[in-house]
Amino acid sequence: MNQASFGISVSLFASIDWHGFFFLLFAAIACVAALMVVLSNNVVRMALHLVLSLGATAGLFFLAGAEFVGAMQLMIYVGGTLVLLVFGVMLTAQTQLVSLRTPAGDRVIASILAAALLAVLVQAAFSIESWQKPGQGMVSAPTATPLGMALVGVRVDQHAEEGLLAPKSGYLLPFEIVSVHLLVVLIGAAYLARAKRRRVPRPVDLVASVDSVEPRSSGNSSTTILSGGSE
Amino acid sequence: MAEFLIETIGLPIWLAWTCIAGLSAVLILNVIAGGALVFIWAERKIAARIQDRLGPTRTGGRFGWLQSLADGIKLLAKEDLMPDGADALLFRLAPYVSFCASFCAFIALPFAFDTVGQRLNVGVFFVVAVLGLEVFGVILAGYASASKWSLFGAMREAAQVVSYEVPLGMCVVVPVMLAGSMDLVTIGEKQAGWATNWFIFHDPFTFIIFWVYCTCAIASVNRAPFDLAEAESELVAGFHTEYSGLRWSFFFMAEYGSMFLVSALAAILFLGGWNGPIPVSELLGLSDGVSATDPFALRIVGCMNLFLKATAGVLLMMWIRWTLPRLRIDQVMTTCLKYCTPIAAAMFLGVMLWQLFLPGGLVAGSFRAAAGVREGWLEQSYRKESADEESLSVKTLSRHVFEVSR
Amino acid sequence: MIIALLGVASVSHYLVVGAILFSCGVVCMAVKRNALGVLMGIELVLNGANLNFVAFGSNYLAADGKSPLGLDGEVMALFVILLAAAEAAVALAITLNFYNNHATVDVDRADDLHG
Repeated sequence: MNQASFGISVSLFASIDWHGFFFLLFAAIACVAALMVVLSNNVVRMALHLVLSLGATAGLFFLAGAEFVGAMQLMIYVGGTLVLLVFGVMLTAQTQLVSLRTPAGDRVIASILAAALLAVLVQAAFSIESWQKPGQGMVSAPTATPLGMALVGVRVDQHAEEGLLAPKSGYLLPFEIVSVHLLVVLIGAAYLARAKRRRVPRPVDLVASVDSVEPRSSGNSSTTILSGGSE
Repeated sequence: MAEFLIETIGLPIWLAWTCIAGLSAVLILNVIAGGALVFIWAERKIAARIQDRLGPTRTGGRFGWLQSLADGIKLLAKEDLMPDGADALLFRLAPYVSFCASFCAFIALPFAFDTVGQRLNVGVFFVVAVLGLEVFGVILAGYASASKWSLFGAMREAAQVVSYEVPLGMCVVVPVMLAGSMDLVTIGEKQAGWATNWFIFHDPFTFIIFWVYCTCAIASVNRAPFDLAEAESELVAGFHTEYSGLRWSFFFMAEYGSMFLVSALAAILFLGGWNGPIPVSELLGLSDGVSATDPFALRIVGCMNLFLKATAGVLLMMWIRWTLPRLRIDQVMTTCLKYCTPIAAAMFLGVMLWQLFLPGGLVAGSFRAAAGVREGWLEQSYRKESADEESLSVKTLSRHVFEVSR
Repeated sequence: MIIALLGVASVSHYLVVGAILFSCGVVCMAVKRNALGVLMGIELVLNGANLNFVAFGSNYLAADGKSPLGLDGEVMALFVILLAAAEAAVALAITLNFYNNHATVDVDRADDLHG
């Protein structure tokens, strides 16, 4: 009873069958969902398939032993970026107005090119022998802590013999650059997407005013007239 | 248990692990489903009492305790409707997406020491991340219903959840920093002993950030006063306007599941997890404080501790729901961006400085610093860590760095 | 049966999955006329690349238990995720701005600078 009582320890994945099984499962979900993203015409369905694909990729990260990256993928990518994307889809939803179908010719050319690219990549993937050998199947130490230390500039996984503080290959500078970059992006995105005041009515308003009974501008002018009269 | 199956019964290894996995899944499912039954009844009774009514009194005898079962049967018998313009696949899928997200987050949630579906090295972030996926169910439901009310609810939910992930993440990072690990089991174990060891009493900053966490947690599980996605006074019923019957109930199972989950997470992160306020077992000599050798009965007591704390959290949420009025969407955003996020950031900084200058917490730390036993305490905690089967934690690593640099 | 054929997953298998994601992303970027569709293609491409980083950096998958890339692979993957989030935020802001000005998200209509 020293070990997990009814818990599943990591050694579940150490058994060969299960690793292969889950790899196959996640890989199939990721690939099929990615294909569906390409094939589907409905933007919301595309977003759903993208969620599936990226979620399955996170599963593959977990299988490869990169727990922290997997969790980050789920948190930032799937939980943040994709929600933002879906939000954008809903703000710009206009399937009834314009059909955004691609000409069949373009599709064919793109698929041929992609197939060629895929062939090259797959060939490259199997070109080196040491990549094809399966792993030892041994459970390595969790990588979250060394990862965090590496991000603040201490590589505990290397240079252990030369002294941990050797200023060699930490990631402190890239980490700082990325954080400043994120701040700039935050401000930039907020600036770009802010509501601007315009004099000329936007095309969106024109489109909206066609089918709405009472245009928004008239409501505004009537309130200004009222307020002007009261003064 | 798996060892028992392999060695005593002689099952093959893969079959034994499959059995254990299935057993864990069933247990977790029961926690969610059973919890939902109890909480729905409790919600009715609490709402009624707060509104000066009696609530259900007759179903099943004295206190209407069979009410939620009756509700369930009613929902099963209801006609399953789908609007004409709905996107059939997404409409059917949405409740299950919500429910699965809520269910999956329980995988990494420990109920007592090592009593966890899958002990993950990044447990905290896994739970928060998977819980964040629940929003997809709501968004899909809102879109697929082909109803303006549903779409409005879904949009509000998307904006709200994305915003509240930021302060929630910051609050969650604070206990991680104090414990030096993202593993929920380790975080819980660090708070063993008297109640003064709980992270909420670690220092004034953690005490404040606990309430920030509560606010953000309520917002992220969509409960009043943040339940704009289903604001019944404006949006009919928001994202689930078009749902009925069993599918509708799946949304509610997911909601009560996530309520329980964030409460349990609060208990583990701030309120000592499965450790009681008084270390009774240690005082009685039943355990030596190193929980790896705890007898099985103590784990059950730990489970009860955690369930008690989590249920208290859920009841608090119900109390808040029936007490406070619903916020407007701009007020929700103001709360998040102008209050929760800056407060969380400042408290994060404060905890960091406190940890730097007075490690060990407010009560215990100052006593020990005064008694000059800090060095010994560090030594002891080091030994405890190395007894743990985990690899090096940040604390030990930094100590290595320190030694090497000397 | 099929698992037995596959054997345990190796780096190559991960690379193949990454390649499929990458190709799908490229097609998506080329074919979609919806700006958000193009954005989704970019996410797929980045994920394909990420999968390769993680596969190369994983000690678990390495044949001798010590991966050539080590921790660097995971750090790169983290940076890619962060930058992808930043990229998506800016691209979405641009798309919304474009939608405000042109009432469409069709990238073929973004030809204001076309002489």
